Formats: sequence, C-alpha cells, structure tokens
Amino acid sequence: MYQHNRLTTNNFNFFSKLANFDYVLMACILLLGLISLATMYSTDGGKILFHTKSHFTKLIVFTIMMLIFSFVNIKFWFSIGYFFYVIIIGLLIWTYLFGIKSSGSQRWIDLYFINLQPSELMKICIILCLAKYFHRMKLENVNSLYAILSSLIIILLPMGLVIVQPDLGTSLLISISGLAVLWFAGINHKYFIYTMIGFLISLPFIISFLKPYQKLRVLTFLNPDRDPLGAGYQIIQSKIAVGSGGIFGKGFLKGTQSYLEFLPEKHTDFIFTLFSEEFGFVGSVILLLIYAIIIYRIVAIGAQSRSYFAKLFCYSFAASIFVYITINMSMVLGLLPIVGSPLPIMSYGGSSMLATMIGFGIVMSAKVHSQQSIA
Amino acid sequence: MINSSSDNVKKLNSINRRMFITGSVKFFIMIGLVSRLFFLQVKENKKYLTLSDKNRIREWKLAPVRGEFHDYFGNVIAGNFEAYQLHIIPEQVEDFRYVIYRIKDLLELSDKEFKRIIKKKNEIKSWETLIVSDNLSWKKFSKINNHLYDLNGVKPVISISRNYPFGSNFTHVIGYVSQANEQDIENNEAIKKNFVPGLKIGKVGLEKSFENKLIGSNDIERYEVNAYGRRISQLEFQKGEKGKSLRLTVDTKVQQLSNELLKDQAGSICVMDIYTGEVIAMHSSPSFDPNLFVFGISQDDWQIIRNDPMKPLVNKTLQGNYSPGSTIKPIVALSALENGIINTNFTVNCRGHKHPLELYGQTYHCWKKEGHGFVNLRNAMKQSCDNYFYEIARKLGVDRLSETAKKFGLGKEVFGNLFNIEKKGLIPNTQWKKNALGQSWVLGETVITGIGQGYIQTTPIQLCLMTAQIANGGYKIYPKIVMDDENKVSPIDKFTPLYKNSKNIKIVQDAMFASTNEVRGTSYRSRIDDPKYQFAGKTGTAQVKKITERDRELDLKTFQIPYEERDHALYIAYGPYKNPRYAVSILVEHGGNGSTTAAPMAKKLFKTIIDRHQLRESINNKKYLDI
Repeated sequence: MYQHNRLTTNNFNFFSKLANFDYVLMACILLLGLISLATMYSTDGGKILFHTKSHFTKLIVFTIMMLIFSFVNIKFWFSIGYFFYVIIIGLLIWTYLFGIKSSGSQRWIDLYFINLQPSELMKICIILCLAKYFHRMKLENVNSLYAILSSLIIILLPMGLVIVQPDLGTSLLISISGLAVLWFAGINHKYFIYTMIGFLISLPFIISFLKPYQKLRVLTFLNPDRDPLGAGYQIIQSKIAVGSGGIFGKGFLKGTQSYLEFLPEKHTDFIFTLFSEEFGFVGSVILLLIYAIIIYRIVAIGAQSRSYFAKLFCYSFAASIFVYITINMSMVLGLLPIVGSPLPIMSYGGSSMLATMIGFGIVMSAKVHSQQSIA
Repeated sequence: MINSSSDNVKKLNSINRRMFITGSVKFFIMIGLVSRLFFLQVKENKKYLTLSDKNRIREWKLAPVRGEFHDYFGNVIAGNFEAYQLHIIPEQVEDFRYVIYRIKDLLELSDKEFKRIIKKKNEIKSWETLIVSDNLSWKKFSKINNHLYDLNGVKPVISISRNYPFGSNFTHVIGYVSQANEQDIENNEAIKKNFVPGLKIGKVGLEKSFENKLIGSNDIERYEVNAYGRRISQLEFQKGEKGKSLRLTVDTKVQQLSNELLKDQAGSICVMDIYTGEVIAMHSSPSFDPNLFVFGISQDDWQIIRNDPMKPLVNKTLQGNYSPGSTIKPIVALSALENGIINTNFTVNCRGHKHPLELYGQTYHCWKKEGHGFVNLRNAMKQSCDNYFYEIARKLGVDRLSETAKKFGLGKEVFGNLFNIEKKGLIPNTQWKKNALGQSWVLGETVITGIGQGYIQTTPIQLCLMTAQIANGGYKIYPKIVMDDENKVSPIDKFTPLYKNSKNIKIVQDAMFASTNEVRGTSYRSRIDDPKYQFAGKTGTAQVKKITERDRELDLKTFQIPYEERDHALYIAYGPYKNPRYAVSILVEHGGNGSTTAAPMAKKLFKTIIDRHQLRESINNKKYLDI
C-alpha cells in the first residue's frame, strides 16, 4: 500500500526529498572530510597553510555541489550519461594537445579558475556511461559480441588517452571502474577469468613495454631494500611511518616521519601513512570502518533503488571506491607496487575530490529518488 | 511487457548475485588490509619504532677531555687548556662574504690561510660548523668578541686542548698529541670508538702507550634531524668521562736540571730509584716543544726539527744503542769475580802504549799512554785501566760475561713493551755471532768487549738499571715511570739476588767508590766530599771509530777532532755512597771524555736529587697518613 502510494508520486517536493536523504552516508562523508582536514593540517606542520586552506575550500564547495546534485532527479543523470562521457573524452584530447606539462607528464588543463585533471573525472564518468549503456539491454544481449566490443571500446578509448599522458595508475583505475560495471551488468564470468589468465600470461610482455621508472617500481616492490635511498625510499619510509605508529599512534601533529620530512608525497598518495602514524592502528581501523560504512551505504542505496541504472551505478561506484582505497592502502603498506592512486576525499587534489563528490551526489540522488523508475 | 519484466527479474537476480560475490570479496580484502595494519603497527611495531628513531635521531660526538699527566708531586706536566676557537655556521650568516672578509681583517689572516678556509667552507654543508681558527691568541679572541655586533653567525668558542706547560722538558717521556690519522683509527679500538674529526691522540711516548686510559669518552649530543640532516632540536646531552690521569714517578725539578745540563748537547740523562725502580728523570737531548704538534706543526718548524744534526726526534735514552765503553767494567769485574776467575789480589802490569797487548797480530792499547803499572781490581777500576780488563775478559770469555750482563738488565728492553720505540741493545756471545753473522767468535772480540767496545751495545736506560742493581746490593728491580695502580701485583722475582756471592757486589761498589772519590780516580775531580751527597761512579769513553796509529801519535784534544768523530762521554753513578738510593746514567754524544764531560753533570745532579729526597719521601708518608 505504502509502496503503491510512493509509486504514484512522481513529483517529489523538497521536504520529501530531504526526508529521503541518507544521513548516515552524509555523516560519514562529513566525518571523512573533517578527518582529511585535520590530516592536511598536520601535513602543513600544524599550521593553516596552503594545503589546508585549499583542501578546506574544495571540501566546502564540492560538498555543497554534492548536495545540489542529490536533489537533481536520477533521470537527469541517466540522460546525460553519454554526453558527459563525450565531454570528458573531449577534455582528455584537449589535455593531450594543450595540457599543462609538469614533471614529465601532461595531465592537467588550465580552466583559468582551476586546473582540472580530466582523467580523474573519467573514473566516475565511465561508470555513468556504461551504466546507461547496459540499463536497457536484455541479459541475453549483454554477452553478445557487439555489446562486449562496444563497451570495451568505451573503456579502452579513455584508457589510451590517459596512458599517453602518461598516467598508468589512473588509466588502470578507469579500466577497473569500467570493468566493475561490466561485471555487474552480467557479462559472463568466464570472460573475466579468461582476461585475467590472458593478462597474467602477457604480464612479462607488458612489463617489457613499461617505462624504466615503472619497471623500477615493480622491482622495488619486489625488494624495497634493493635501493633504500633511491627507488625503495618511499615504500621503506612509508612502512616505517605506519609501523612506528603502533596501536594508538604518535599523537596528532607528532608524526616524526612526516614532520621531519622523511615521508614523500604526504599530501597526496601517502596521506594515509601520515594519518596512520599519528593515529595508529586504532585510528586506521576507524578510518577503514568509515570507508566500509560509506561503501555499505552506497550498496544499500543501490539495493533499494528501483531503476536498474541506479543499481548498476551504485554497485559499480561502491566497487570502484573500494578498489581505490584498497590500491592506495596496499601501496602505502607495501603490498602493491607504487602506482599513483589517491585515497578518496583524504588525498589532496581537486579533481579527484570533484569526481568522488559527483559520484556521491549521484548516489545520493539515487537514494532521494529511489522510487524513480527510468523507462 | 511480461517478457521485459521477466528479463528485469533475471537481470536483478544476476546483479544481486554478483553484488553478493563482490561484497564477500570486499569483506575479505578489508580483513586483509586490517591484518596488514595489525602486522605492521602492532606486531612489528618495535622494529619500525626503532627504524623511525634511527631516522630522526642523530648523535653528535664531541671530543673527549684527555686525561692529564702529573709528576710525582702532582704537578701537571701534560694538561688541558682552554683553546680559543672561532666557529661559523654558514647558513646562519646573512652575508658570508662580508663576514669572512671582516674576519680576515680582524685576525690578519694570510691569503693562504684565507683560501684554505674558503675551501673548507665549500666542502661542508651549510648547517655544519666551519672552524675558522682553532687556536686564537687571547688578544685576537677578545678582538673578535668586541666586533661580534656586526659578525652575525660567528661563534667564539672555548674548547679544551692539550697543553704541555714544561715545553720540551718532558717530550721524550710523555711524547705529544696530534690529530689522529686513518692508521691510528684503524689500529686502536678506543680511538675508533671515540673518534671525532679533529680528535687529538698520542703519537709517541706515554701519550701513545696509555692512549686507551687517557682518551676518556665522548660527550654525546643527540639531536632530532629531518630527512635532509638538518638539526631540529636537541634531545639529550650525555656527559662523557674525562680520561684517566696518570701520575708519573718523574720529578720535574730533576728533569729540568737534566734539560739544563744537556743544553746544546746531544745526549741522555737517566735517574732511577735503586729500590723501587722509579725513574726520577729521563731526558734525551736535544728535545723539542711538543706544543708545536697539538694544532699541527708548521712545515718550517718541522723541517728545523727534522734536519737538526743532533736528531731531536730520536729518544736517545731508549732508542740510542751505544757502546758502553768503560761503564761496562763493573759488570766485567763482577762477572770475573762471580766466576772465580780473579780475586781482589789479581794484578796485571799495564805498560803503556809501547807494550800493548798483542793477540794474533792485533794490538790492544790502554787509554793511558804511560800505562798504569801493576794494578789490581780496585786500582784498575779506579783508573779504568784497559789492559787489566783485556786480561780478565780474555780469561773470562764472552759467554760468561754476557750471562752476567744480561742478568743485570743489559740486552733487553728495560720497560718491556711500554715504549714501542725502546731498543734492546746488544750483548754478544759466541752463539749470537754464529746465528747473526755466521762467523765464529774470535778472542780479540772478547778482549774489546771487556772494555765495552766492539759488538756490545747498550741504551742509557739499561746502564742506569745496571748501576741501580749494583748499587742496591745486587737485587733485581723493575723500573717504572708510571705510578702503579694499587691493585697491580709486582713481579715475583722482584728483589731476587742477581749475585752468587754478595761480597763480589761489595768489591765492585768499593772499586766504583775509589774511581770517584780517591786520588787518580777517573772522576775524582767531580767528587763531592760531603757524605750526604757522596757518590760512586764509573766513567766511560766510547769510541765511535777505530783509533789509528796516526791518531795515537797526534793525540788530539777533543775540540780538535770533527764533531762526528769525537768519542761519546758516559758516566754511571749511584749515591749517596753510605746509604745508596739513586742511580744515574749520563751520556753525552761526541762529548769527548767521560771524566771531563759526563761526570761533572753527575755532581750537579746528585746535589739536587739528594736534596729532594726528603721531599719525595714525605709525599709517600703523607699518603699513608691520609689513609
């Protein structure tokens, strides 16, 4: 009866939308934002400097943006799926042609008020696009050659554009996001297994195509003590920082590894190291727990959603977020070679936060409009 | 519509099933991450905490304060003084060029020194200390202090450094310190452990022998540093221990007198307590100022010392192998008596240069042209009659002679391995010659060994020990120059008799007394009649080249012979004769004649030594009273 009632209300008013809001997810995101601010404050050496200020501004702007997005009907997000994809592809081409070069790679475009990294946006965009692609497809058509090929093209095109930047890490994350959608869309699991086997077999060949510094990272991962002051330095110092944190950590603003500048990239990819050093095992587990709740809420929202698009998007987005977190943490804990992958929300970086917040916005929109069906 | 809805259901089933699989995988991966965190942060925490501390904490060692040397009466003979130094930490200086030129003006640095400083500055990191000057005079130091207002980042520092207040007086006893080089660090664990750049260590003498005791331990400063090695904050200061100070047996007054006596001459003076073996003075002349070496000796000073024909770098007391000349005669006499070759009545007729001793075509002359006539042991010793000793040496044989000589401390290091430079000397015997030269001993060599010429070689300190052991009645003593630790056990054979019959020692002592205190004794002119100071001795004149017939005819005075060809003058003595306590050995290189050059020094020495005896005793008595 209740459900029926909801079915008929197509026009949601503001208050019913507000009532449908997922406050747990919201609270977790805000909490994460606060933690990331505190951590950023610590990376600035206990002073409010550039990184903290900038991170704070972005956090405020993007959270408001996320809230606005969540009031936009899920149908809108469905409708702009392809358009969004085309725009980002365009931006990636723009990056390739006119992007800003910095430290040997060309990842950024200058939008006058902000420097944007389109590859980060592609991570969310590809999910949107593929979710739309598979929304209406019948299950038996999903495994057709046409469907598989076209979805692979959708994935490989941005991947290629990101690899030439060069940015192996982000392109891998884009492909994983895309593959997550394919997996949830119901593509035969054999294909995944075959691909995996094929990948493992061709791994030696892939490695031979890697750039020298990438090869070095793999070798360093296998044996960090090979070159403790050179290639192995980051991972060794990172492990020392995490390990020395102990159960309760060294205390806020007291992480010696970061304070004394032993930690590399502490604002971005290695932010977890600093957090873990200062807040220890307990803090790290709490942070993981917050991420787990966020992922759980996204999955739950997907499960509640009526539309297949929303479900597909939420599940894939949750899987992607999970992969980002896993890869970043495995990297700083010395379980994976070093690939550039930020920790969602925690790491400093506007584009990454923008993409994540767009994702949260769409998820929130799916929650608010969970009863919305998409034709 | 039904088709489509059934498809929808299928699709939902598929997606939910896959979501379940994914969820489970996520769960296990999460567990994996948490267990990795647990492993690093809880299980391996200690290891990483240590590594993190290793990262951030760095130790800076400061030079340890070196132990001092005191003489017997507690006067500092090698101490520490405050050296005024000037340090700059380049990064704390706003305008380095200005400051360094300002300092150049203030300190009146030469261009060479200035260039050296600039070079040093370019070698170090900007936050490391640049030592501009390590030993400033007080005047310059205060000048700098007055101008500190426009010398930002310049630090006047007072640091502890070695000082030898008595200059060259003790150089050949305690040696000197200088900057440690790589070899020193490699060869000595204590130096390696305490090494800091600029550390000064003992290079020769007791400074070197007792390095491990003297060196002390570093002050340690622990700093927190950042990844680039910049000091952030001091965490700890650990005070090091000052090195152990050593009290020597040496009496500064006697040592100074020895220095004066040998002034402008090459030679050696040793004074020893005949019962305790304590070395009262031990000097080798010429000496040099050890303070020159502390901050690195200048090339000019070094060349002066190195090229001095009197060889100040050689410690003649310990390193000098000299023919003992007639100073060996007491031992030859003793050996002959001990072996029953002669008795006090045995006489030899010395008939001068016209009738020398002839053996297998070789002639052996007494020093006295006219000869001594019939002499017995006492007279032979008194007048140092060579013919007498040729005769008893010939009868005695070199093997029995060498046995006695070795018993009395000749032919081996007096201080054991205390000084690594000490020479053994050489007491030859037939076996030695066969082994070393592959030749048989010939009788002529025995004959000249009897007057301390030929192969036989002794060091001045050995002669002093020999004299002391004759003086104390023929008992073995162990010479020492550093006061023993209380708990050190003295050797078992200390004070064991070295004689077969103590009467023989008495005979030799009496003969030595005659030599100094009776008319026609060789050192009669240097005697002291006052029984308080009266001493007995034996002169010696060691030839450095064979005397040819021509020389004998010319009979030149010492000053007429070229310096290098003049005889070494020696003198051994002990006193006071009635109640002996101290033994002396004196050697003057190319001094001409023992009785005219060396013996008068003994006269002055005994005056001082015996005057100071009471004082020396009182120090000991006081020690017991205090306890």
